[in-house]
Amino acid sequence: MKNWLTIMTASALSLAVHAKDVAIVGATVHTMGPQGSLENATVVMRDGKILSVGQQAAPAGAEIIDASGKVVTPGLMGAYTSLGLVEVGLSAGTVDATVDATPLTTAGAALDVQYAINPDSSLIAVSRIEGVTSAATGLSRTQQLFNGQGALISLGDDASPVLKPRAFVRLAVDNDGADSNGGSRVALWGLLEQAFAEASDPAVGRLTATSEWHGWTTKADVKVIKQLLNGDIPLLIEAKRAADIRQVLALKARHPGLDITLLEATEGWRVAQALAAADIAVILDPERNLPYAFDQLGATLHNAARLHAAGVDVAIGMNTHNIRLAKQHAGNAVANGLPWEAGLAALTRVPARIYGVDDQLGTLEAGKRADVVIWSGDPLEVTHNAEQVFINGQAMSMESRQTRLRDRYLKLANGAGAATSHYVRP
Amino acid sequence: MILQHSTTRLAASLVCCALLSACGEQKAATESDPLVTIDPNPFPSAYTAPETVPTLIQNVTVLDGVGGKIESGMVLMQDGKITAIGSDLQAPEGATVIDGQGKWVTPGIIDVHSHLGVYPTPETNSHSDGNEMTNPVTAQVWAEHSIWPQDPGFSRALAGGVTTLQILPGSANLVGGRAVTVKNMPHRTVQEMKYPGAPYGMKMACGENPKRVYGAKGGPGTRMGNVAGYRQSWADAQDYLRKWERYEAEHKAGKNPKPPKRDLKLDTLAGVLKGEILVHMHCYRADDMGTMLDVMDEFDYQITSFHHAVESYKIADLLAEKNICSSMWADWWGFKMEAYDGIKENIPMVHAAGACAIVHSDSDLGIQRLNQEAAKAWADGRRVGLDISQADAWQWLSANPAKALGIFDKTGSLEVGKQADLVLWSQDPFSTYAQAELVYIDGANVYDRNDPDSWPVADFEVGQVGEGDSK
Repeated sequence: MKNWLTIMTASALSLAVHAKDVAIVGATVHTMGPQGSLENATVVMRDGKILSVGQQAAPAGAEIIDASGKVVTPGLMGAYTSLGLVEVGLSAGTVDATVDATPLTTAGAALDVQYAINPDSSLIAVSRIEGVTSAATGLSRTQQLFNGQGALISLGDDASPVLKPRAFVRLAVDNDGADSNGGSRVALWGLLEQAFAEASDPAVGRLTATSEWHGWTTKADVKVIKQLLNGDIPLLIEAKRAADIRQVLALKARHPGLDITLLEATEGWRVAQALAAADIAVILDPERNLPYAFDQLGATLHNAARLHAAGVDVAIGMNTHNIRLAKQHAGNAVANGLPWEAGLAALTRVPARIYGVDDQLGTLEAGKRADVVIWSGDPLEVTHNAEQVFINGQAMSMESRQTRLRDRYLKLANGAGAATSHYVRP
Repeated sequence: MILQHSTTRLAASLVCCALLSACGEQKAATESDPLVTIDPNPFPSAYTAPETVPTLIQNVTVLDGVGGKIESGMVLMQDGKITAIGSDLQAPEGATVIDGQGKWVTPGIIDVHSHLGVYPTPETNSHSDGNEMTNPVTAQVWAEHSIWPQDPGFSRALAGGVTTLQILPGSANLVGGRAVTVKNMPHRTVQEMKYPGAPYGMKMACGENPKRVYGAKGGPGTRMGNVAGYRQSWADAQDYLRKWERYEAEHKAGKNPKPPKRDLKLDTLAGVLKGEILVHMHCYRADDMGTMLDVMDEFDYQITSFHHAVESYKIADLLAEKNICSSMWADWWGFKMEAYDGIKENIPMVHAAGACAIVHSDSDLGIQRLNQEAAKAWADGRRVGLDISQADAWQWLSANPAKALGIFDKTGSLEVGKQADLVLWSQDPFSTYAQAELVYIDGANVYDRNDPDSWPVADFEVGQVGEGDSK
């Protein structure tokens, strides 16, 4: 294996220089697209894109990577994270994932994370080497109605990580949302409808930076909220109890232009048919099976499976430092009834669709961005791992700050001969 | 690896009530008041083992939890104990026989770090009973007085194969108070869950939490303030012990000494110095742990386990030398500075250094799949050449935690004579897809995944959405 990885690194170098085609051969390929799963298939990458997937021979002159006995999938997409916005959350300096009161906004919609993404954050490589190649990233707290506009980012090693700015806006209508908005759903829903009413005012289209505006929302907010109403920006709504989810369905009926995805949807299984009929997808953490509050008493490990069975698209992956565990979460959803293919789709195809980037990401199909992972086996199995990750066709280094620390102390334990730990080069 | 403390020491004599005779009346030199002693066990276990039928599980892969693996194995349970283990056993007359083709049997999982009951769900302020954040040293509080046995989390943990757990106070304080070991058999009162004969634990905490909580409340506000706080506490406890020893010696010598003033805080600290209470210390950074090794030697006590121990891999050799376990997550990291250097190979690296490694949860979700945490650590170790067998790795889940709780003579492995605490897994438990199908505590089947009517339901869940649902 070590030799294989060395060869991989060498091929990555030659790729950069010659821009050669790269062909991964011999693997079981789960395309997650119309081609389904293919045995002993070949994936060809050229100029950052997927050239072909199938059982044909690799093109002449291509760099061949033998992945016999291994599994190839699209790169995983972190469905809901704050990657690039936080290094260490607690007592460790600036955290861009949380925003205090600012004159820019009263409703939270105007906040835009695209300016704050740090591609050098250690979390990026830690996540990348475990197969996460892109992620939705957003604010974790604003204390306002909306939690700002999130972005879709690449976890590649380039300096411009934003794949899609203003990729979504988040709103919470659960207990947490109520607590930040008057302490009651009574206030929360009133605020929301007022915000939508203001955004529907014809004057919004004529607003300039200095024109008069007497709304509850700020001018910067209302322009974004208008885009939500038009469906130009997806709206993620965090809701847990069935009653709140029914209110979201009613909201969709009142404002059909909204492009809604649910977050958590803890009791979504109780409203699954209606969600499927409204074509509302869900992003969830399938392991949350405890009644953390009175708005999630119906929590169960079977939520993902029941939603899927009703025809609801389910995405999995709500974490930041450990978004790499989304594959384990999906595996546990599978252990509790979700079909395996839906478990992998929850990490790839479904989030790409939710964020409107399914023309580029989420499946292995000719013409799409070459975010590809070679796994030692079933990616949902806790004992298997990503052996090589490609982002935009480039073979990524499989090192992170964590592997470097590990190697330093393995070396020290094996008698590195250095004077002190600080002199041990990993 | 862990010193076993005799439980008979805990069963000492009862308190004599001194109130009536302590009114300052002069006594003759030959006439002493009765000796005042301290009841070491005022909240005794009221646990009663459930009814059992002799049960033979056959045709399974057995991990005995102490390094042994038997293919096509059999385990026989009778009267709450494991009475035979092997590959060619006969079922006694009337025994229930379970055929586990393709399935695995392991010891029940023991979690040394849980806050179930003290930080239960729902997570209301009314239920937040895990941290007595009123003073940096609260050795006088006992976690068992906060445990709400109706926490739905117990049944979720049971479905994950957890048969025994230690419930600790939180980590806000330098000394958080007493921890208690319970059977995962919630009942009406906490006493009915308490593990009979288990010694007490005492929670301590290094690093960021105490200084963050007390920095603006009179201190400690720094790591050096933390260490001063531990040392003063131990010095006070030594002084307290000496007072009691002097009192007892003088009483024995026929004098009529006045007993020292009872101090509940120092009772617990002194219990540690006497070796009766086991220290479990929340500590992330290698240097914080390194400091505690010296504090431990200075005051002549033993730290049983560091908890979280995110940087144990840096000092695994030192921990092996001092006989201190590390209770760890597989891969949690980065949520605060002292967790920033977490690596996925921590557990196997500690094991490989010959130190005691434990997989713990500190989480009402993590406790439900500790087998997967061990599986990740096991696989991550193998990828860097730390070739540990599954049979050895299971020590992280049962035997080592049992040692750290002082109950390894009773449970924590599948050995003849031990309590029959075990799990039948649907497949190799080092897999995401494995589930606990049957869980036994003291030889009784207390969880059966395939029999929904038998699933435990907490009072809180009765009459609510999702009652009796598959959780």
